[in-house]
Amino acid sequence: MSADTKQNLITQNTITIDGQEIPFQAGQTIMDAALAAGVYIPHLCHRQGLTPHGSCKLCVVDIASRSASSHNSNRRLQAKFAVDADSRSASACTMPAVAGQQISNNTPALNEVRKTITQMLFIEGNHICPSCEKCGDCTLQAMAYHLGMLDGHFPQFFQHREVDASHPTIMLDRDRCILCELCVRASREVDGKNVFAIAGRGINAHLVVNSASGKLVDSDLETSDMAAHICPVGAILIKEHGYEVPIGQRTFDLHQVSEIGLEKIILTKARQPDE
Amino acid sequence: MSKIRIATTSLAGCFGCHMSFLDMDERLVALLEHVEFNRSPFTDIKHCGPCDIGLIEGGVCNVENVHVLREFRDNCKILIAVGACAINGGVPAMRNHFNLRECLEEAYVNGVGVVNPQIPNDVELPLLLDKVHPIHDVVRVDYYLPGCPPSADAFLNILGDLLAGKEPSLPNNLLHYD
Ligand code: SF4
Ligand code: SF4
Ligand code: FES
Repeated sequence: MSADTKQNLITQNTITIDGQEIPFQAGQTIMDAALAAGVYIPHLCHRQGLTPHGSCKLCVVDIASRSASSHNSNRRLQAKFAVDADSRSASACTMPAVAGQQISNNTPALNEVRKTITQMLFIEGNHICPSCEKCGDCTLQAMAYHLGMLDGHFPQFFQHREVDASHPTIMLDRDRCILCELCVRASREVDGKNVFAIAGRGINAHLVVNSASGKLVDSDLETSDMAAHICPVGAILIKEHGYEVPIGQRTFDLHQVSEIGLEKIILTKARQPDE
Repeated sequence: MSKIRIATTSLAGCFGCHMSFLDMDERLVALLEHVEFNRSPFTDIKHCGPCDIGLIEGGVCNVENVHVLREFRDNCKILIAVGACAINGGVPAMRNHFNLRECLEEAYVNGVGVVNPQIPNDVELPLLLDKVHPIHDVVRVDYYLPGCPPSADAFLNILGDLLAGKEPSLPNNLLHYD
């Protein structure tokens, strides 16, 4: 076997993330392959089993271009966080894995960008963690810890967003919604309903309820639905179940957001807070 | 060596951060070998002199807060935003979704059990700002110490780093927003 063919075999079904070679199967995204191999790529809007949405951009990675070093782009070189002028940034959760991709993921520069994105998510909504039922179980908050976020950096928007308390058992507090569409997709793809949607664009984007009145009470959302439990933040909450787990025993008192497979633990906890 | 001079104040906060500072308990004795307090609720000194470090608890909700905060910025070499309210307005900023009149009426006119309903109006009372602001909306802030409140360990950590002449860094186990 010539050296060339050997090289081909090795790179055929693998990508490289931060120097670690990772196998993938046809049709997998970079995120799928990474998670399957136990490699954490930060993410908020990704959930295995749901169609990737690619909205939060926490999963941004740099993929080295094949023609590395042949043409430098000055614009990229001058960019504040330019890591490697010969790479391009992409969302790992939507980008298909392609044999031989050289990917940077856990780098100080990318984590700095991710921290900035997280700060924007905080200041755009109304995240008063000390008074939030999701505190300690919130993936956004845990992400901010993971990235070492100390402040929101940008001016607070203090947007006025509508609370929907109409449903007898489920609460919708849009103040904390990060528009990840997990509830939208869970409702459509798992629950077989179509309770939620995002309406409006840019700063006017907001979560709507697909019922005649626009209120949760008139939708067919039930507490047994995945959509009622999947929210990574404290925007969709089950009523009468606040602050049940003492500080010190909440999900992210015990776990780091970077642990793989945590979604199941959070989801189980959301469904049965007493256990 | 002369001691590091620290000033502290609570603006639109609940004094919880100050209470948490005192949770250092006997470790305060060792700390006081290296630091002394200038203006602070601990000393009751009313105006801030030249200081090395200023610790600000609470956001900015009234005109007096703005004056105090500026006095601290003018006098402190290093200003630290301490706690959720100083950093993003915190719980007091939840009033930002309502206009001021609505808030005052809810508290002093329509509130449950209010006797002699009237909106307080006295020259001695600092004028309320329209909205509650994080302190970095008003002055430059050097460091942030999150928590509601930050633990005594978190205070010791940041002061320890600064006393050692190091750039403060909060270890992951001390970083929390509640
Ligand atoms: S949803 Fe998460 S980040 Fe937002 S206030 Fe609640 S705990 Fe904090
Ligand atoms: S309500 Fe929760 S799950 Fe739905 S879009 Fe908002 S943050 Fe995502
Ligand atoms: S996880 Fe990829 S964009 Fe949100």
